[in-house]
Amino acid sequence: MSAHGAAAETHQVGTTKLFTQVWFWLLALTAIEVFLAYLRLNPALMLTILVGLSLIKSALIISYFMHLRFEHLGLFLLLIPAMVFCICMMLIMFFPDSIRILNLRPH
Amino acid sequence: MWLFIVSDSLTFSALLVAYAYVRLSNPDWPRPFEIWPAIAKSSLMTFILLSSSLTMVLGVSAAHRGDRKKTLRYLGFTMLFGLAFVVIHATEWYTLMVVDHVTPWSNPWGVPLFGGTFFGLTGLHMLHVTIGVAYLAVVAWGFGNGRFKPEDVEVSGLYWHFVDLVWMFIFPLVYLMSVNLKG
Repeated sequence: MSAHGAAAETHQVGTTKLFTQVWFWLLALTAIEVFLAYLRLNPALMLTILVGLSLIKSALIISYFMHLRFEHLGLFLLLIPAMVFCICMMLIMFFPDSIRILNLRPH
Repeated sequence: MWLFIVSDSLTFSALLVAYAYVRLSNPDWPRPFEIWPAIAKSSLMTFILLSSSLTMVLGVSAAHRGDRKKTLRYLGFTMLFGLAFVVIHATEWYTLMVVDHVTPWSNPWGVPLFGGTFFGLTGLHMLHVTIGVAYLAVVAWGFGNGRFKPEDVEVSGLYWHFVDLVWMFIFPLVYLMSVNLKG
């Protein structure tokens, strides 16, 4: 975070051009998502692609708009691995049971 | 703010995982969203939120440059985008509730949890956007009269980008996975 002395100087990162490019890519990825929704893909494949694209969009937002790419590595290490670990814990509960439910469905 | 964002992102993650589980457990989960109005509106809302993130990040840059006038202008645009998002979202809710008769506990498709999860997820997000607009208004007022520093604008920007980030998951998982392909 920027509550220390040289904050103003260190946070003068990114130009209008860079932020506009990131915005453009976010819009382009969103357009791809909307297009994919109408392709009648298999739901599992569709879900995988949509979550993948959303993760790319999140990475762009966190890295550039939220400036994490320009912060100290320590902040990244403090926040992201712990968050990913917690989400993985949720998914460890989610996947076995949801796969079991899918297998119970009549084919 | 970063710690709040991590904890809030885990709240939304838990809700999305619960939504996915409930949805998988119901083979007859409805896919009611046609291109007009639901998908067109939610795509426009995504465009609006992404644009608000751009104006927010430009506002933060202007604040660090010491350009008070531009900062306030960009914060004003961000708040306008936020309000537009809430208004469009409210019209979409109105259509669902009044035209399609979907409530948080019942709907014509016989899967009550559809309304519960839809209104729960989008409602919590809409609450975050509404609080964000109020937060930005306070920050703009404080920065305008010299009470707040550029760092305060930056911290409010972190919150606003987080609200944008959450929508990047709600939009595909709630709307695009429920597109009505028969229509």
